[in-house]
Amino acid sequence: MTASLWALVGLPAAVGAVLLVAGRRADPVAAPCAVAAAGLTLVAAGAAAVFRPGMSVPMLAGIPAGLAVDGLSAVAVLTVAAVATAVVLSASAEMGTDQARGRFFGLMLLFTAAMLTTVTATDLFTLLAAWEVMGALSYALIGYWWGEASRVRSAALAFVTTRTGDLGLYLAAGAALAGGAGALQLSGLAALDGGWRDAAVAGVVLAALGKSAQLPFSFWLSHAMAGPTPVSALLHSATMVAAGGYLLVRTEPALAATAWAGPTLVWAGAVTALLLGAVAFHQPDLKQLLAASTCSQLGFVVMAAGAGSVGGGMLQFTAHAAAKSLLFLCAGMWLAARGTRELGGLRGAARRRPLAGAAFTVGALAVAGLPPLPLWTAKDEVLAAALRLGPAPYAAGLAASAVGAAYAARALAAVWSPAPEGEGGAFRRGPDHRWSPSEALPPAALAAATVGLGVLVLPAAARWWRALLGAVGEPAPPAWETAVSGLLAAAVLTATWWVCARGRAEAVPGRRWLGGWLGLETAAITLLVRPVTALAQALAAFDDRVLARGVRSCAGGVARAADLARSRGERGADGTVRAVASGARTLAAWALRPQTGLLHQYYVQAVIALVVLAAVVVLMR
Amino acid sequence: MLSVVVFLPLAAGLVLLVLPRPRDGTVARTWVAASALDLALVIGLWAYHPSASGSPGAVTGPLAYEERVLWIPSVGASYHVGVDGLSLPLMAMTAVLFLACAVHSLRQRVRTRAHAVLFLFLQTVSTGLFCALDLLLFFVFFDLSIVGMYFVIAGWGHGRPARSALQFFLYTFFGSLALLLGFIGLYVSSDPRTFDMVELAGQTPLEGREPAGGLVLLAIGVGLAVKTPTVPFHTWLPPAHTDAPAAGSAILAGVLLKMGTYGFVRIAMPILPGAWSDHAMVIVVVGVVSVLYGALVALAQTDFKRMVAYTSVNHMGYIILGLGAAGLATGAQSGAASLAITGGVTQMVSHGLLTGALFLLAGVLHDRADTYDMGSYGGLAARAPRFAALAAVAFFGSLGLPGLSGFIAEFQIFAGSLGPVPVATALALLGILITAALFLRALRRLFLGGPGPCTDRVGDLSARESAAIAPLLALAVLIGLLPRFLLDRVEPAARALAALVSG
Repeated sequence: MTASLWALVGLPAAVGAVLLVAGRRADPVAAPCAVAAAGLTLVAAGAAAVFRPGMSVPMLAGIPAGLAVDGLSAVAVLTVAAVATAVVLSASAEMGTDQARGRFFGLMLLFTAAMLTTVTATDLFTLLAAWEVMGALSYALIGYWWGEASRVRSAALAFVTTRTGDLGLYLAAGAALAGGAGALQLSGLAALDGGWRDAAVAGVVLAALGKSAQLPFSFWLSHAMAGPTPVSALLHSATMVAAGGYLLVRTEPALAATAWAGPTLVWAGAVTALLLGAVAFHQPDLKQLLAASTCSQLGFVVMAAGAGSVGGGMLQFTAHAAAKSLLFLCAGMWLAARGTRELGGLRGAARRRPLAGAAFTVGALAVAGLPPLPLWTAKDEVLAAALRLGPAPYAAGLAASAVGAAYAARALAAVWSPAPEGEGGAFRRGPDHRWSPSEALPPAALAAATVGLGVLVLPAAARWWRALLGAVGEPAPPAWETAVSGLLAAAVLTATWWVCARGRAEAVPGRRWLGGWLGLETAAITLLVRPVTALAQALAAFDDRVLARGVRSCAGGVARAADLARSRGERGADGTVRAVASGARTLAAWALRPQTGLLHQYYVQAVIALVVLAAVVVLMR
Repeated sequence: MLSVVVFLPLAAGLVLLVLPRPRDGTVARTWVAASALDLALVIGLWAYHPSASGSPGAVTGPLAYEERVLWIPSVGASYHVGVDGLSLPLMAMTAVLFLACAVHSLRQRVRTRAHAVLFLFLQTVSTGLFCALDLLLFFVFFDLSIVGMYFVIAGWGHGRPARSALQFFLYTFFGSLALLLGFIGLYVSSDPRTFDMVELAGQTPLEGREPAGGLVLLAIGVGLAVKTPTVPFHTWLPPAHTDAPAAGSAILAGVLLKMGTYGFVRIAMPILPGAWSDHAMVIVVVGVVSVLYGALVALAQTDFKRMVAYTSVNHMGYIILGLGAAGLATGAQSGAASLAITGGVTQMVSHGLLTGALFLLAGVLHDRADTYDMGSYGGLAARAPRFAALAAVAFFGSLGLPGLSGFIAEFQIFAGSLGPVPVATALALLGILITAALFLRALRRLFLGGPGPCTDRVGDLSARESAAIAPLLALAVLIGLLPRFLLDRVEPAARALAALVSG
């Protein structure tokens, strides 16, 4: 059933490419085409999950490009394809006819194809190719409204930041080749020789942290919110950012083979989950809140990979994908209806739109980790694995999940609180606007999926899940642990809601630092961008003023030497010739002297000459 | 057959010269026809290239279509041409790029006949260089390319063409003198005396003879480094590009720069393999410095064409890095060395296509609004969507996006070089980050955001311009997605070369 794999990757790629190339001509048919393509991709994903196909085509010397579906990627392709279908369907209603729909849906489908390739790749070449294409497409999607320079700048910042992490994958590929995994298979990373394994794992970790917007890269995700909301619903829930966590889970054997990668990742994930959760709590803007929450929730996937909990990590991946894309879709509807993303401006939004409100509530409660929703189970599995590394990471993770309940409560309190007097008419489309099926279906389906995944808390279902992922021996959380985390989530949720409903959320300390995403962007600009720009300017000046001028002055030196040769050398040579000539003339004049024409003088000369000769002869003997 | 491919453009040029007062349209069409025919012949060479057979004596893989006629018997120089996996891709790229320039120049109305004849002459010279198997023949073509390009810049350039052309000529001519010195060094050390590359590669006359081997490599290396160019011999490049006409820039960057890097794989590595390995660290350092320096200086440019010129220094640096790393590879790493060399040759082709396209696109800016200053534009995507789309493809290709040829090249170079030279390769990786930043910035300044002062003077690409540029990018995409057709030709030669210089 290789055909299902070809269809899974090829269909969205081909339809996306055609839509993109056709551009505005495709606008009228873009949305239906995209929905159909996404739906068929979902069917292909289902077939691939059942039949588990694999394929490989020759690419570079000794490095074939391979795709395969195993238990892990079966979960991933289903998640990605399902969320993509829901988002594309929802976007077909949201992206109006005035938008460049051909470009938008083309990019979304291409992006889906890239993500599906990423999760099914079996080697570093294919992975890196799809990974980078995903980055570039996210640039194009974030900068979708390219007429505004600030959005384009945000897109470029997101791309360059994630590409910084991507360099790690180039490093990993080179290290894999040098360390003996000639075909660059991901499964061969654990068996690399000595230091090359450390280098390869370090590269993978760097790339994953960059893509998943973990610390210190998190700030790019804040900028990624400049794009249309459906973009965030796809990219910042199930794909793109999720790819980093997925890659870590996939390469877990290699991580475990090094002593340092596991603890590093557990701490990186825990700190990100905690701090970015706090950042999310302090965002005044719903999309920014959701973005920071994405970093925080993916921190648990990173923790899972570090602690060796494949089952927990993938449950977190899947459940977060469903819940977060649901939240973004609802946020997008309110944004379109109210024209604001400010939490203050969204007061009463859920009351006006009870269906959206209910869906949003399901997503928010899931993110809060409330039992029996699946993120509660997932976090407990991750925390149970982290507990093996000691109580400190466990405590950090538990605190992070409590923070998750707090920001979820803040968002819920905002949308459920009664609308201020006189602003009830702020809805552009009016309160009695009837939802089209394409608007209503995706949030409903995603909410159902979020709730449905909760079934995995049952022991039988949990066993099936672990068997599916090949993670049979992983520790299950003890009952007291699940009870503690469930109660904690419920308590924090209630308390925060109570505080927020009374308008006291602003009183929580750390607002400036946390609200500004920990000052990460300022730090990156001060410590990296400015120095590099200054260095570039200095080198450009050096190039113009020293190197180029140096070459020119060499040439000028030759010209000057020629001038000197003309002025000094030529004149000197000329002078010497003249001097020789005048010397010869003088000598000639002297030679004329004895030629007097008088015979007696010639005799005298002859006598003198003879005497001199005689003297010479006598003296020389 | 091979000589027909080489001299067909020149013959067409001579026909144009003897025609009494041909019309401009006739000249342009003849030029396009001759270039198209030449490309068809090269495709024929490609299709029937016997990659597994051929004369067995050749060191860098089998040679095909060999021709040899004694030329100057007293010094053992002959007209010796032949094709292997290193030369065929470059000949094909040359034919494609010259055809693109011919199409791009269909409306060129300034001394049309001289322009066409000069480009046809350059095409013969470039094609001849990439299949020359005799050092003197190589040198003659190398020098004639400089002469031809001098007249292109001086005659059809803008800005201060005479000055830039003179600087270009003198600088690269200086390089070619160094090259000649090295060639003479090889000649006097050979026994029996010969200029023939195949025989020299069989003899490797300076193997183990230090310091002679190092000095000859230095002379050849400097000569080729000026042409490539690498830091610090690159300063002729930006002014030459800025003042050259669009088609001239495309040929200069796309074809003439490759003569330098091709010389490394064709002459320096097979004939001086021992010296290459001994001094490979120097070559790696030059490569890495070119990568980073080129990228950083490009980042600071505000003039679009100058920026692209500096990115050429950066892109050539990757090739030098890969070739140097191959020299440092141990016997066990010969697979990695071969990968790096394959990547280097792929980069030559890829850079030819992408930078050729970029310079033709830069010409569009100059034709419409007379300036390359990026600050003068903005929001061009609204007025010129086709222009913006093609430029975006070229930009992303140049920054090494997968799916385009640059990635295939750079991935192989990086993956192959990391084992032999880990630190240098890790530093060079930063180059693709800086190029990403600078190309995205250029994309924003020129095409996105709000309009600038010159934006309303720029209309979209004409059919002629699209027909010249789009095929170059289509080929880059083809290589990016299905590289086997190219790599099948390159890999045997790269393996043979890697076996020579590594271990």
